[in-house]
Amino acid sequence: MMDYFLLFMGAVVVNNFVLTRFLGLCIFFGVSKNLSASGGMGMAVTAVITLSSMFAWLVYNYILLPLNLTFLTTIVFVLLIASFVQLLEMIVKKYTPNLHKMWGIYLLLIATNCVVLGVPLINVESHFSFGKSLVNAVGSGVGFAMAIVLMASCREKLRLADVPKSLDGLGIAFIVAGCLALAFFGFSGMITM
Amino acid sequence: MNSVITIIAIMALVGLFFGLVLAFANKKLAVEMNPLIHVVEDILPKGQCGACGFAGCQAYAEAVVLDKDVSPSLCIPGKKAVAEQVAKLTGKAAVEIEPQYAFVKCAQPAVGNSKYDYAGINDCLAATLLQAGPKECEYGCIGLGTCVKQCVFDAIHINEKGLPEVDKEKCTGCTKCATACPKKVIDMIPVDAHVAVNCNSLDKGAVVRKICKVGCIGCSICVKQCPYEAIKMKNNLAVVDSSICIEKCDNPVCIEKCPTKVLKTYSIPPVELVKAV
Repeated sequence: MMDYFLLFMGAVVVNNFVLTRFLGLCIFFGVSKNLSASGGMGMAVTAVITLSSMFAWLVYNYILLPLNLTFLTTIVFVLLIASFVQLLEMIVKKYTPNLHKMWGIYLLLIATNCVVLGVPLINVESHFSFGKSLVNAVGSGVGFAMAIVLMASCREKLRLADVPKSLDGLGIAFIVAGCLALAFFGFSGMITM
Repeated sequence: MNSVITIIAIMALVGLFFGLVLAFANKKLAVEMNPLIHVVEDILPKGQCGACGFAGCQAYAEAVVLDKDVSPSLCIPGKKAVAEQVAKLTGKAAVEIEPQYAFVKCAQPAVGNSKYDYAGINDCLAATLLQAGPKECEYGCIGLGTCVKQCVFDAIHINEKGLPEVDKEKCTGCTKCATACPKKVIDMIPVDAHVAVNCNSLDKGAVVRKICKVGCIGCSICVKQCPYEAIKMKNNLAVVDSSICIEKCDNPVCIEKCPTKVLKTYSIPPVELVKAV
C-alpha cells in the first residue's frame, strides 16, 4: 500500500510532468490564462491519461509483448491514444452533453499531446504492473492539473500587474513557469522509486 | 526486407482497425444537431463578445435556432445585415437595430490633472477604489485603459493625450467598454448623431471651471439656442437627444455657441461640420 502511495505522491510532486519533466508545455501555456478553463483542462487531461494508460498497458502486455513487437510501442501508442481520445469525445458528447460542454473542446486539444503519450510510455518502460501504471497515471494527471491551476492563478494576478511591455503576455508567463519549476525542483530526491 | 513488410502490414492493420472503430462509432454515436445552427453560426461575426447575452456566438446560434422566444436581432456587432439573415433563416421577424458607437465623454487627460500620484494596479477599477480615482474631476476618464482591455474588436485605444479613442471603423457598438468603465464615461450614441456632449461631469459650473478647461459648465446656452428642444440640462450637464437632431436639425448652432466647446460633432464622416469643432 505504501508503495502505491509513494508512487502517487512521486507522480504528483516529485516527478511532476510539467514542472520537472517539461512535458505538455503547449497546453500548459495555452490554456492557463484563466482559472476555470485550466481546471477543465486539468480534469480532461487526468481522465484521458488514466484511460489511455489502461488501454496502452493492455495493448502492450497482451498484444505487443507476445508478438515480439515492442519496437513499435511508440507508434502504436500514438495511434491508440489519438483514436481513443476521438472515441471518448464522441461518447461524452452523446451521453453527457453537460460534461461535453465543460471540457469537450479540451479533449480534442490533447489528442496528440506529449503528456498523454509520455505517461503510458514511462509506465511500460518502468515495467509497472496494471495497478501501478493506473496509480502513476492518475498521479501524473493530478500533478498536471495542480501545475496548470497554480499557473493560471498566477497569471490571473499578473493580468493586473504593471508588467514591462516587452515581457507582457507569454514572456512573463515563461518567467513565472521557471520560478514554479525551481520551487518544484526542491522536491527532487525526496521519493526514490 | 521481410520484417519491413511485416511492420508495414501490421501498422496498416492497426490503422485500419482504429479507423474502422472510429467510423463505426461516428455512425453509432452521432448526435442529432439541427444543421441550421451551423449555418447561423457561420453568419455571426465570431467576435465572441457576448453582447447578445449568450456565452458566445455558438451559444447564441443554438439558442436562436432552437428557442422560439430568442430574438434574431440580438447580435449588435452584426448590425442589420446579420439580423436580417438570421431572421430569414429562423423564420422570425427582425427588429430594427439602430447602429451605435462608443463615445468617450471626457476631453481632459488624467495626466496633469490629478489629486495625487497613483502608483497602484494599472487598471481604472483599482484606481477608482482610492478616493474615486486620482483625477481631480471625479466624473472624468482616468485613462488607465480598462475599456481597452475589454474590447475584443481592437477598436478602442489610449491616444497620446492619455484618453481612450474609439476607432469608428472597428467599433461594433457591443457596449463592453461602456459596461466596464467604472466612471461610466463611455456612452453609446447613434452612428449619425450630429452632436455629442464631450463631458461627463455633474459638478456645478464653478467647480468644473476650477478643475477643467474643457468641461460642461451647465450654462444652458445650448438649450436656449436649440430650436428643436433636443438639448436638456440634467444635473448640470447638457444631454442631447440624438433622435431629434437626426430627424430635424441640419445646422447645429449649439456647437458654435458652446463657450467651452464641449459640444462636438460625431457624425460619420464628420465632413460638413468639421469647421465648427
